[in-house]
Parts: sequence; C-alpha cells; structure tokens
Amino acid sequence: MKPQNLMNPTSSSSLKSRFTTRFLRALSRINARKQFTSTSSPREIFQRYRRIKVAADKSMAYSVRSKRRWSRVMLSKLRSRSSSNSFSSVRLRRVKKSSATKTGHEKEAKIKSGGDQEEADELRELVPGGEAMDLCNLLDETAHYIKCLNTQVQVMRKIVDFYSP
Amino acid sequence: MSSRRSRSRQSGGSRITDDQINDLVTKLQQLLPEIHNRHSDKVSAARVLQETCNYIRSLHREVDDLSERLSELLATSDNAQAAIIRSLLMQ
Repeated sequence: MKPQNLMNPTSSSSLKSRFTTRFLRALSRINARKQFTSTSSPREIFQRYRRIKVAADKSMAYSVRSKRRWSRVMLSKLRSRSSSNSFSSVRLRRVKKSSATKTGHEKEAKIKSGGDQEEADELRELVPGGEAMDLCNLLDETAHYIKCLNTQVQVMRKIVDFYSP
Repeated sequence: MSSRRSRSRQSGGSRITDDQINDLVTKLQQLLPEIHNRHSDKVSAARVLQETCNYIRSLHREVDDLSERLSELLATSDNAQAAIIRSLLMQ
C-alpha cells in the first residue's frame, strides 16, 4: 500500500495537521486531569481510554468541519452521548446486531436485489449517518470517511511511538 | 424514520446511473489495501463493499487499541514529558 496514493496530498495534509493539533490539545487536557490523583488504577486507565477514544473521534470530526454528512452526524452523536460515554459500546452493539440478524430471508433479499443490498446495509451501519444516505452518497461519504480514519490511525500511531520508551 | 424513507426512495425518485455507482465503487476500491494491490478489474461491487466494511472495522479496532495504549502510556509519563512531545509534534 502506498500511503501517498491514499489521499490528495494538499487536502489531507491540512486535515492531518488540524487533527493532530486538536487531538494533542485534547490529550494534554486529559493528561492534566490525571495530576489530581497520584496513581493510575485500572479503572482510571479504562476511563481515560474512553476519553481518549472520544477525543480522537471528536478531533477528527471537527477537523472535517461540517463539510461532510458523516462528520456532522458523528459530532451530534458524540454530543448527545458524551454524558453516558457509550459511543464505542454502541458501535460494538451495532456490529453484533448486524451479524446476528443475517438470516435466511436476508440472503433471499440479497439475491433479489442483485447482490449489493446486504453489503450496502452493513456499510450503512459503519459509516456515521449512513442509514439515511442513498447509495451514491454512501459510497462517496465512505471514501472520505476511510481517508480520515487512515489519518487518525497514522497520527495516533505516531504519538504512541513518541510516548513509547 | 428518515432513514427508512430515503432508502425506499432510492429505487424510485432520483436517477442514479450505473456509471456513477461504478465510478464510486472504483474510487472506493483504490482505498482498500486488500483488493487494490491485486490489480484485477473483475472484483464485484458486492465484494468491494464487503472489503470496505472489513477495512473500516479494522481501522476502528486500531483506533481502539491505540487509545488503550495511549491511556496506558499516559499513566507512566508526566506532564513535562508530554509538553516536550507536544512541542516536537507541533514543529
């Protein structure tokens, strides 16, 4: 895989720097919280992990601004769930649900619709806001979402490398 | 509610051409590490969509793992160190 082929160099590098700035700012805020207690218990590490995860998604969605439907939906989901802190568990639950409901009649529907319907619906559950998109929109938003996830992973990996002893 | 409505509208209302869909599927395919490297044009749309789902899931998992690692790493590093790293990355 050639990373430079993955995205348009100009638009992605500014997205990357916007994401990096936001995420690092969020990380240092999260890190500053830690100072109130001296040691990190497993529970504390878990809570911080959840906060970091939310911060990573929020930073990414904010970096895209409202240019994309998926980022708008992601932000509103994060806002409405920030109190319960359950964004990632919802994500997991959804995946489980979708794989559990692949029954015979769905396969039948797949054959009838030419084969792509089941995959498209699966994708709709993975892309924020995908449920309400038509196929064209879904494919377009998915391509953008993947580029952003890639940037997110790249930057986070780099930060982990910096922190690692 | 709104999702149900727009999904059913898909087949009737606005005309989406096959060419448009094919273009978008090809674009998507180029973002996938798995299929992209194979250089075979005969990958079905369903296959591309399936691989796309798998790829998104793997990226989600990776963000999850990296968040966990960051949380653990923050437990051992102090703020001064974080500030240095921050300034390094900002350059």
